[in-house]
Amino acid sequence: MAESLAGNLVPQRVLGTRMTWSLAVRQFRFWLVNYRRTWRGTIYSTALAPVLYLGAMGVGLGTLVKGHHAGGLGGVSYLDYLAPGLMAATAMQTAVGECTWPVLGSVKWLKTYQAATATPLRPADLFHGHLLFVTMRLVMTSAIFLVVALAFGAFRSPWALATLPASVLTGLAFAAPVEAYTMTREKDSALIMIYRFGVIPLFLFSGTFFPVTQLPAVIRPLAYVTPLWHGVALCRALSLGTATPAAVASHVGYLALITGAGVAWGYRTYRRRLYV
Amino acid sequence: MAAPDTLIRARGLTKRFGELVAVDGIDFELSRGEVFGFLGPNGAGKSSTMRMIGCVSPRSGGELSILGLDPDLHGPAIRARLGVVPQEDTLDVELTVRENLLVYGRYFGLRRDVIRERTARLLDFVQLAERADDQVEPLSGGMKRRLTIARSLISEPEILLLDEPTTGLDPQARHVVWDRLYRLKQQGVTLVLTTHYMDEAEQLCDRLVVMDGGKIAAEGSPRDLIARYSTPEVLELRFDVGSHDQAAEKLAEVPAERIEVLADRILLYAGNGEEALAAARSLGVEPLTSLVRRSTLEDVFLRLTGRRLED
Repeated sequence: MAESLAGNLVPQRVLGTRMTWSLAVRQFRFWLVNYRRTWRGTIYSTALAPVLYLGAMGVGLGTLVKGHHAGGLGGVSYLDYLAPGLMAATAMQTAVGECTWPVLGSVKWLKTYQAATATPLRPADLFHGHLLFVTMRLVMTSAIFLVVALAFGAFRSPWALATLPASVLTGLAFAAPVEAYTMTREKDSALIMIYRFGVIPLFLFSGTFFPVTQLPAVIRPLAYVTPLWHGVALCRALSLGTATPAAVASHVGYLALITGAGVAWGYRTYRRRLYV
Repeated sequence: MAAPDTLIRARGLTKRFGELVAVDGIDFELSRGEVFGFLGPNGAGKSSTMRMIGCVSPRSGGELSILGLDPDLHGPAIRARLGVVPQEDTLDVELTVRENLLVYGRYFGLRRDVIRERTARLLDFVQLAERADDQVEPLSGGMKRRLTIARSLISEPEILLLDEPTTGLDPQARHVVWDRLYRLKQQGVTLVLTTHYMDEAEQLCDRLVVMDGGKIAAEGSPRDLIARYSTPEVLELRFDVGSHDQAAEKLAEVPAERIEVLADRILLYAGNGEEALAAARSLGVEPLTSLVRRSTLEDVFLRLTGRRLED
């Protein structure tokens, strides 16, 4: 009995960074086991959605946009304008999707989080483990989107490849705070609110489909503080090859700041929820 | 430093939730190989105590040492050596029986081959080998409990914590669980359990504490406690609703150590129940039914708190 456990105990006495990540990886593997049952469906929908959106709106609706207002888009086709924005918005949706119902379910309905806290794992390890899994999902959806966008001929600059990490970062800027918030909720009605007052308005008004400069001046600042606008602007600057170091630094810095704040908040909410 | 065979030591252990004092300065010690119980009604502070021992609930005051370590500082290291059967099932019902043990074993950092070997053994032990590849969802309550027990043993823990292990099970399922726990006890596994079933406590526990209102009311082996707080025998009498109170007055004259007038019964605590019954009859008391039985922990609890255990 003692021998079989010795392997676990030695590193736990030195709770350094290495230990922290090895515990987080144990939780990451839990999500992988779960994902094994559903991955086919998610791949299908993540590949189909960009094809439909870029086809209908980028190509279809784009023919109208070309006739009227191409100047407002900075001289690029509507497809080229839309694709990077949609990529960032997709990352947001993936992140919010993974950080709402699955998280509340784990702590509230299935209680798999409570099961995990009876093992060496700590609340922060569960949080890290899930963020790792969300990062993996973001890499998957962003990579699929990138391939579809390239197939549509929407991404032309070599810098467009950098939209992959940019889109993942955009997703994380939503994942961390949304996940932190979800851990404070008892009912999923709160999660519906995240969509109604967060995801849907952001999706429509953060520069994904049209420039934020088209918004009334009063609400424009609102768009600038949302992480999605920064993600959209960052992906667009990269895919169009118009990125300047200062712009990239400010967008990346802002998204990283929101992510960091979300992670710090999540440490608190995970701990409060699970260590009562 | 605790002696090596003292696995858990608590001094003045306290848990507060805002104004509410759930655990009010309790002292106890647990030795290796012992089966130790917390007996008490709902709300007595048993589960809060268990959660503190399980290192998932920081204490509000007092001292607590588990395996010689402070749970505030060494939670992961302690939990690596504990097995936990929580009050509410926390199985992943979307996975199979086997996958539940795999996921849980991986939480302890066990290798796949080790988990595979233990899974076969543990599923045999809890009589679920045939359901290994079934989803957990449709399993009966008793089967889920047994699976939770198997899961808690995957890491070969030094202490197994069971919070109300048979609450919500039907009598037959409960007996199967008791039988398995009894086998663990025979194998020398250290068990800590909470229960509000006195028969569970009597059958399984070497030593127990009776908890009420966050405090420990008494401590000892089931036999000790009965000897200390009750009489060898109890005479239970039932009357018509109308004559219940009158009978109670008359029975005061019977030479018994103590009399408890409950809503539906009157209990006479006596060394010899038959003699007490004869004495009652000679006073002209005619009960509808009479029963002479041995004292149980239920009587101990009634004596200590003035209330019944299962309300």
